[in-house]
Amino acid sequence: MEARIRARVNLALTFFALLFFVAGSSPPRQFVISNAERRIDLSSHIINVHLTLKVENAGTRSASEVVLALTPTEVDHLAMVDASAIKGKRKKTTSVRLEVKPTELPDAPPIDTKYFTIYLANPLNSGESTTLEVLYVFTHFLEPFPAEIAQSESQLVFYHDTALILSPYHIKQQTTFIKTPSTKVESFIRMEPTNRVGTEIKYGPYEDRPPYSISPIHVHFENNSPFAVVEELVQEIEISHWGNIQVTEHYKLIHAGARHKGVFSRVDYQSRQSSNGASSFRYLLARLPPRVHSVYYRDEIGNISSSHLRTDSLKSELQIEPRYPLFGGWKATFVIGYGLPLQDFLFESSDDKRYLNFTFGCPLIGMVVDKLTIKVVLPEGSTDPSPVVPFPVEHHLEAKYSSLDVVGRTVVVLEKKNFVPMHNSHFQVYYSFKPIFMLAEPLMLASAFFMLFVACVAYIHIDLSIRK
Amino acid sequence: MAAPETSTAAVPTLYTNNTLRNAFGGVLSFFILLLIGVMAFSIRLFSVIKYESVIHEFDPYFNYRVTQFLAKNGIYEFWNWFDDRTWYPLGRVIGGTVYPGLTLTAGTIWWLLNSLNIPLSVETVCVFTAPIFSAFASWATYLLTKEVKGTGAGLTAAALLAMVPSYISRSVAGSYDNEAVAIFALIFTFYLYIKTLNTGSLFYATLNSIAYFYMVCSWGGYTFIINLIPMHVLLCIVTGRFSSRLYIAYAPLVVLGTLLAALVPVVGFNAVMTSEHFASFLVFIIIHVVAFVYYIKGILSPKMFKVAVTLVVSVGLAVCCAVIAVLIALVASSPTKGWSGRSLSLLDPTYASKYIPIIASVSEHQPPTWPSYFMDINVLAFLVPAGIIACFLPLSDASSFVVLYIATSVYFSGVMVRLMLVLAPAACITSGIALSQAFDVFTGSIKFQLTGASSNTEVDAAETSSSTAESQTDAVKTEKPEETAKNRPSRKSKKKEREHGEKPSTEAKAEKKRLLALPLESSVISLLLLVLLGAFYVVHCVWAAAEAYSAPSIVLTSRSHDGLHVFDDFREAYAWLRHNTDVDDKVASWWDYGYQTTAMANRTVIVDNNTWNNTHIATVGTAMSSPERAAWEIFHSLDVKYVLVVFGGLVGYPSDDINKFLWMVRIGGGVFPHIKEPDYLRDGQYRIDSQATPTMLNCLMYKLSYYRFVETDGKGFDRVRQTEIGKKYFKLTHFEEAFTTHHWMVRIYKLKPPKNRIRGKTKKSKSKTSSTTSSPKRSGTKKKNPWQ
Repeated sequence: MEARIRARVNLALTFFALLFFVAGSSPPRQFVISNAERRIDLSSHIINVHLTLKVENAGTRSASEVVLALTPTEVDHLAMVDASAIKGKRKKTTSVRLEVKPTELPDAPPIDTKYFTIYLANPLNSGESTTLEVLYVFTHFLEPFPAEIAQSESQLVFYHDTALILSPYHIKQQTTFIKTPSTKVESFIRMEPTNRVGTEIKYGPYEDRPPYSISPIHVHFENNSPFAVVEELVQEIEISHWGNIQVTEHYKLIHAGARHKGVFSRVDYQSRQSSNGASSFRYLLARLPPRVHSVYYRDEIGNISSSHLRTDSLKSELQIEPRYPLFGGWKATFVIGYGLPLQDFLFESSDDKRYLNFTFGCPLIGMVVDKLTIKVVLPEGSTDPSPVVPFPVEHHLEAKYSSLDVVGRTVVVLEKKNFVPMHNSHFQVYYSFKPIFMLAEPLMLASAFFMLFVACVAYIHIDLSIRK
Repeated sequence: MAAPETSTAAVPTLYTNNTLRNAFGGVLSFFILLLIGVMAFSIRLFSVIKYESVIHEFDPYFNYRVTQFLAKNGIYEFWNWFDDRTWYPLGRVIGGTVYPGLTLTAGTIWWLLNSLNIPLSVETVCVFTAPIFSAFASWATYLLTKEVKGTGAGLTAAALLAMVPSYISRSVAGSYDNEAVAIFALIFTFYLYIKTLNTGSLFYATLNSIAYFYMVCSWGGYTFIINLIPMHVLLCIVTGRFSSRLYIAYAPLVVLGTLLAALVPVVGFNAVMTSEHFASFLVFIIIHVVAFVYYIKGILSPKMFKVAVTLVVSVGLAVCCAVIAVLIALVASSPTKGWSGRSLSLLDPTYASKYIPIIASVSEHQPPTWPSYFMDINVLAFLVPAGIIACFLPLSDASSFVVLYIATSVYFSGVMVRLMLVLAPAACITSGIALSQAFDVFTGSIKFQLTGASSNTEVDAAETSSSTAESQTDAVKTEKPEETAKNRPSRKSKKKEREHGEKPSTEAKAEKKRLLALPLESSVISLLLLVLLGAFYVVHCVWAAAEAYSAPSIVLTSRSHDGLHVFDDFREAYAWLRHNTDVDDKVASWWDYGYQTTAMANRTVIVDNNTWNNTHIATVGTAMSSPERAAWEIFHSLDVKYVLVVFGGLVGYPSDDINKFLWMVRIGGGVFPHIKEPDYLRDGQYRIDSQATPTMLNCLMYKLSYYRFVETDGKGFDRVRQTEIGKKYFKLTHFEEAFTTHHWMVRIYKLKPPKNRIRGKTKKSKSKTSSTTSSPKRSGTKKKNPWQ
């Protein structure tokens, strides 16, 4: 812990040192950020950073690539980055999503800085300016300190950042707001002007900061929101053209907050709930599609009997309770499964193909998923599968054999690391399928029984005895 | 009764008529059997429907774990499996100490289904193995009873067995225990024995040995077979029923069966070394002597034979005496007289409670009470005597076997509750015979009274099954001499023989029937009463299956005014252990929970339900009954990290560790004499309230069970013992609470790490305790620390 803080400080110092050497050779210097506002939301363990940049083209040529800079630690914890351009004045603002790609800048100054490039929809001419909104989502970024707490203690975490926004551009004016979940803030580093009102700490405004200027700060505060992390989620979506989609989700859940230390006393937990196990959690809520049926919730040793399902026409909510309350570092595994009507999710596209339209994501609300694997099991006999996902994922094909399969079913496997709820969106898997394949298994069974009966008839009519 | 009485001219019509009726009867009984199988399967699904598809109780979890291993690693790994997750630090050679029949069966089913790409989990297969095999068992009962008394009795017996509560208790879905397949194997072996006895076919004799092999694979109860069949053979010889069929039925079974049995690792040389098998060899010798005598008798004249007998008997007696003396000396030289503890307690019901507390401590090894007979076999208990009488009219080889079977199994069931299971099939068979014979008599007299004596050509449809049954038995009987001449006739020729053999016997039967005819009213009333009795039986069985025997015992439910309340504490604790402790941590608990801990929590345990090492169990018992520090030392010496106790005091769960505690004291005291049972009893009474002895209030089990219990209600009221606990406020010095489940039913404690330095104070107290208690364990730990 100590060592890590020191390492961070060292890193920051190196940054400073480097700044002076390389300030002159930075890349596209034609932009200047006239105003930057950053709002950091620390209320849960998923950190949302909303960055509003007013970018001005101070160069001579028109340009369309704005570069964002992040420290390596930030990049390691970055779950998603999303940028949009704000068009229009005042109330009639519309936002246009822009493409963001990680880039390498060959002559980039501080060696470890990582870059993302925003590709503007229209090139920005010299002297023009535009407003960009950038959303960063970080996970596993809050560091519990102390790292181990007893049952009656509440959880304190560190948040590390810089008071100044790391940017390859000159920033004329910038402000940072940090929102903590409660007013209980143990300590934070000041960098004047800094003031704290209620649950918000305001850094800035700071005027005229050169590129790559940083100033490390940290906030040490209480955060008792459940640090529920799904280490691994395997979601299997099995399509049956007989009218059902069966979804099976295997969860490996962990409480990723400060580790539980020493005694777990049930009598304290039950009788003094307010002061005990403040950072632990018992309930999880899963939002399932409407018209869900045959829901089950179990683990490797059987049914878990503590769950409630509420359904209405728009959504189904499944409230589940792991077998035991989860304290810091405790793990649990379970499986949720449910069936869905086929017609809600499977459609025919114009080119005689079929496609599955399903939500890419984890039904549990407010979960970070470290590794999300979605397996779409297509019916036997389907060909040319092609997934369409709105963000980059790894995908490959597998084969699965179930219920009397002969050639096996094609499985489209999609993998995504560091998944946050903001990713939730629809994805499609296109494939071609001939309905005649639906009859393969019934026919196979029928013929097998027919053969059996024929064999029986034959056996009865043959006398195999040697002697008459 | 069925065929026209005397009409040589009507042979062709009779032939077609009979074939048709036979075919109809065959199809009908096929469908009845199918329905019986479906019923046997579905009546056992109450547990799945009311609870869930889960493995039940204790031993099934072990079997499930073994099956998982088998499914994952294959048969060769399975034979060589050394399990280091249990009996730490000794471990257990699973492949050589387990009856593999059940696991191999389920493993094969699973493998078969998976190779057909039907993806069922091992657990599902295990859960449904028992119901499937109970359907098989009822079919086997049909076959066996059919050999004894005909189709009608067979169907009745099969229907009775399909729902006999005693068998249901061991074979509900999820009760994945050896008995599930063993009862089928038992009945099927008996069937093949009777079949061989009736036909004298070497083919069936071989099948019989294979069925016996399957039984040996499945259950330790195979010794029942290998003692019962020799007894029957002996009975047949003594009553002058020796025949070559008997020889065929018995000799191959002993030779082949023993060879095959020795192939099962857990039996091995026991098949020839232990006393349980001696009876079979003795009878094997006797049957050969008898066969030889019969042979000699056949070739010698009666006078010469007499001379030979006197000669042989005088010489033989001398030799026999010598041999028996040597045998007795050999057997007597071994400490247990060559009998295993469980078998000895069968012969002497008081043996276990006197000498082996670990056997006596298991509730299913206790003698049953009368209500449990009524609960488990219900009305069959009243039908059995009638069935025995029916077996004597007329007494055949097969029916004498049934009589012997029921007599011995009644005795054994009186010794151990568990063996009620062996009684159940016998009771079903005899009751089936009784019911079917009674129905025969009543329907026969009704028909006789209705149609009068002149014409009994009409066939009552309701009687079809029983009449065909009788005609078949008759056929079998008349067949016998012919069949022994040629060993295995083809089915077609057999059928023809049946037609021929039928006529004279039916004549005689009809004659007898006329004499036995009862008045119409009394027959009708008796029939109704019988149906009522059957209905009562069915209602009772369904109730027993639904209410009494379907609970999986790892999930408890209670019905209160605000609905169903589920107590899922065991799995809560096991899941916690599984996910939140290190994979190599050792968990100590009383042996009842060993199998569940290894299977559900996947953690190493010190002792488990396979109670093979009494000393090890006694060590844990001693630790549980010692004061905290001594217990900590014992557990620490065993590398234990967590101690698990089951405590029912908060919710009123009666079979918790405090109620089992006296057994821990007894078993512990049996090996470590410093644990004395009277120290835990106040005036011979076991109590945990303020009157309890200080030893009791200071022992580890008391402390772990009641730690901070008083804070729940302020008084510390134990709902199982219905009393306030004796010592309410105390601290733990060597253990800390690691986890307690929602209803406090399972409490897990962690051993505190040892202190770095032994201070003078603790040293003093230690020397004090060690002066009062001197166990070998203690001296062992002393040696380890030379600076003490």
